[in-house]
Amino acid sequence: MDYEPVIGLEVHAQLLTQAKIFCGCSAKFGGVPNHHTCPVCLGMPGVLPVLNKKVVEYAMKMALAANCRINGECSFARKNYFYPDLPKGYQISQYDEPLCRGGHLGDVRIHRVHLEEDAAKLVHAGASGRIHGSDASVVDFNRGGTPLAEIVTEPDVRSAAQAREWLTLLRTTLRRLGVSDVNMEEGSLRCDANISIRPVGSTELGTKTELKNMNSFRFIERGINAEVARQEALLRDGGQVVQETLHFDPRTEAITSLRSKEEAHDYRYFPEPDLVPVATSVEMLAAARDAMPELPAAREERLQALGISAADARQLAWRTELGDYFEAALASGNSRVGVQSLANWVCNELVARVGEDDPNASKVRPDALAGLVALVAAKAVTVGNAKLVLDRLVAEGGDPAQIVEAEDLGAIAGGDDALEPIVDAALAANADAAEKIRAGNMKAIGAIIGHVMRETKGRADGAEVTRLVRSKLGL
Amino acid sequence: MSATDVTLLSAAAAARAVQRGELSPAELFQAYRAAAAADELNAYLWVADEAQAPEAPAGAPLGGVPLAVKDLFCTAGVPSQAGSRILEGYRPPYTASVVARLAAAGAPLLGKTNQDEFAMGSSNENSAFGPVLNPWDRTRVPGGSSGGSAAAVAAGSAPWALGTDTGGSIRQPAALCGIVGLKPTYGTVSRYGMIAFASSLDQAGPLTRDVTDAALLLAHMVGQDERDSTSIGFPGEIALPRSDSLAGIRLGVPEELSGAGVGIEPGVLDAFGATLKLAESLGATVETCRLPHAPHALSAYYVLAPAEASSNLARYDGVRYGARVEDGGLVGMYTQTRSAGFGPEVKRRIMLGTYSLSSGYYDAYYGRAQRVRTKIAEDFASAFERFDFVVTPTSPSVAFELGAKTADPLSMYLNDYCTVPMSLAGIPAISIPNGLSAGLPTGFQLCGPAFSENRVLEAAFALEQAIGFDAAGARSDGG
Repeated sequence: MDYEPVIGLEVHAQLLTQAKIFCGCSAKFGGVPNHHTCPVCLGMPGVLPVLNKKVVEYAMKMALAANCRINGECSFARKNYFYPDLPKGYQISQYDEPLCRGGHLGDVRIHRVHLEEDAAKLVHAGASGRIHGSDASVVDFNRGGTPLAEIVTEPDVRSAAQAREWLTLLRTTLRRLGVSDVNMEEGSLRCDANISIRPVGSTELGTKTELKNMNSFRFIERGINAEVARQEALLRDGGQVVQETLHFDPRTEAITSLRSKEEAHDYRYFPEPDLVPVATSVEMLAAARDAMPELPAAREERLQALGISAADARQLAWRTELGDYFEAALASGNSRVGVQSLANWVCNELVARVGEDDPNASKVRPDALAGLVALVAAKAVTVGNAKLVLDRLVAEGGDPAQIVEAEDLGAIAGGDDALEPIVDAALAANADAAEKIRAGNMKAIGAIIGHVMRETKGRADGAEVTRLVRSKLGL
Repeated sequence: MSATDVTLLSAAAAARAVQRGELSPAELFQAYRAAAAADELNAYLWVADEAQAPEAPAGAPLGGVPLAVKDLFCTAGVPSQAGSRILEGYRPPYTASVVARLAAAGAPLLGKTNQDEFAMGSSNENSAFGPVLNPWDRTRVPGGSSGGSAAAVAAGSAPWALGTDTGGSIRQPAALCGIVGLKPTYGTVSRYGMIAFASSLDQAGPLTRDVTDAALLLAHMVGQDERDSTSIGFPGEIALPRSDSLAGIRLGVPEELSGAGVGIEPGVLDAFGATLKLAESLGATVETCRLPHAPHALSAYYVLAPAEASSNLARYDGVRYGARVEDGGLVGMYTQTRSAGFGPEVKRRIMLGTYSLSSGYYDAYYGRAQRVRTKIAEDFASAFERFDFVVTPTSPSVAFELGAKTADPLSMYLNDYCTVPMSLAGIPAISIPNGLSAGLPTGFQLCGPAFSENRVLEAAFALEQAIGFDAAGARSDGG
């Protein structure tokens, strides 16, 4: 029997407001431990929370981007449990009246989005680095009370790869909105996955397990794959999946149980009496809508409509700064530049050179890259030499035409008399290869072209050389 | 004036004397400081020392008349323990908004008063720091939970005091000590810095010698506070009452809270009836009204308040402040700290609240209690269509003997029978001294619609003048 995974994701995104969600302390990551604190976020006796309006504004943008239905009124609830990272003994979250329900981002439906406060950070002293077996634990309350939006999807994800891809879309969307810096290492984006499997063709849901707190996209993909494999092996051996919360260790790939269903907390949710319900007004919605930038999904569609390949359109749309660079290059006004070839140069050659860095911060001006692509299109420089010019642009910046001129990298034009004697010399110097070509082995032409390229320092047009060789050998 | 003479002045009179230049605020402060330091009722948990006499701002409306403050208000650098062992020695880094507001208006901190632990109690016997004695009879309780504040004001060691009322914690001790206690409309006074018992019910209010003092103190307590999202302030200003008539005033007397057979002592009922007659003689009409859901108020209250308390008190975990009892691991530390730190009544309510919020029980308890609460508010709303005020005895009994009810929590809870409905409805209610029964004070409670404080104070003032209560009994015993 073949099984298919059914996966739902719960993502916590830290909202990038200056202040925490219920007090005026800085929500900035890091800092001297326990310096971004006050009586409110330390849960001192007598303090009360006051909602940071900016948090609602940011979350509304996020909800609009995910096509969610925003409730006219939402309210907060207390989620009660004891832990040293939770100074009040309860987390202020949302329960039966979340900010919004329904919606979709890409091909995954959104179940709900709600707001809550983050817990503080526990640091465990000892070899394990985890609470079990630690010698002592200390608490840094700087993170306590930073605003989180929890995004819960429907169980629409069918593979680990799809989960990773969707999270990438989510991350780009949040980054584009400017509401979260979505940095997994700093914990500003965290993901849990609810995983079950079922026979292909079945519409029922199997027993799910929850894989907790994976902190990189790679771990998420590996974690889900490992858990799906574990569940499959279990079912194939005639066993049953038990509902439990699991931890994935990315170093050993081991999956261990954190707690079973019986050990699950009873959070005793009840309405937070210290806060009043939040009314989301038509004006607030309109303001959020007006401030909405073009989102990755829309940009991807628009770029594809320009004639750009699906893969390049996705890369340009999902890497906002790369897309911005591309559009600046396209707009630089060189009408001879083909849209797809410019996309190739940006997505392949430029990315190969600048990597994950923001290309807009590189020395290659968008109009310079467009100019270089135009030179290639006009056959004024060969593709090989254009790559050398790009190396130069990356290192020093400047104007591509001037570099071609100064370095004598201009292509030898197809009808140029200068090319014929060089081809003749190459044929004479590689008589063996010439024979093989004549006998029909076109692979041997590599030696001839290589010779010509050496002689011309790459300025010869490969296609033109081939044409000359064939004509001279009477083919 | 001699030191004793000074402390005989009402707070408003003392403030006027200071403003007229007849009395120095320093002299006033020292007289009360000495009286508070000499207190024998265990009313204070902390008293300002002589060097701490603050300068009242020139021309301050409260004239530098010092204020006794219930222990659960946070006061920067001063012990604020909410009457609990778990906060023993805790000195907050900040001051509660209402305390800061009153200090700025010229009412400096005189001392912190004893209370039932986390405001849970009706006799002050639940304080971790020992019970407060009733100044009328030291073998009896002062009521609670603001028992220290009530006893201090009644005994004259404080000119006025701040208390909190969740289900009657200002009005009931005011009644048992023969003073005035006012619970304002929920949301008029900031809760920021009040150590929470039940957030949706807790409200700060004045305990004073007379209605005028209550109005004067309240006038400087109300106001919206950006640190308290549930605070809404007061529309307009609190005025000093001056009416001596109740002409045209319609008083509703709910059968459910004052009829025969609801368990109110005969002596208390007699005093209540006498004041109703007095009210009629001042021009009021008195009629029976109905609050059909009021008999369920106590049950709803003892679901809702403990539910909120179970959550509010979770922060006392030994991790950051207050007491900690080490026990090797984390869970052991939690258990030992909370076992040692909380008293039995607090533990009982944490258990009750935890249970009623539990999965599977929430709707049957918390959900149903919330619906009862809504019904009670509706009862009052329809009563106020026909009546200006609803009046009841404040407490079913006069002050009882120390230890008389400690073994029976349910009979202790019945002390709040007449005061809890107004708390659930969030409406203002005042208790004024209503004569004696067997030599002990009884209280007359008067409540009105939300934000009707000015009218409540006017009516209470008119009754107060007519009743002419003699408070000397609280000062004679052992004085």
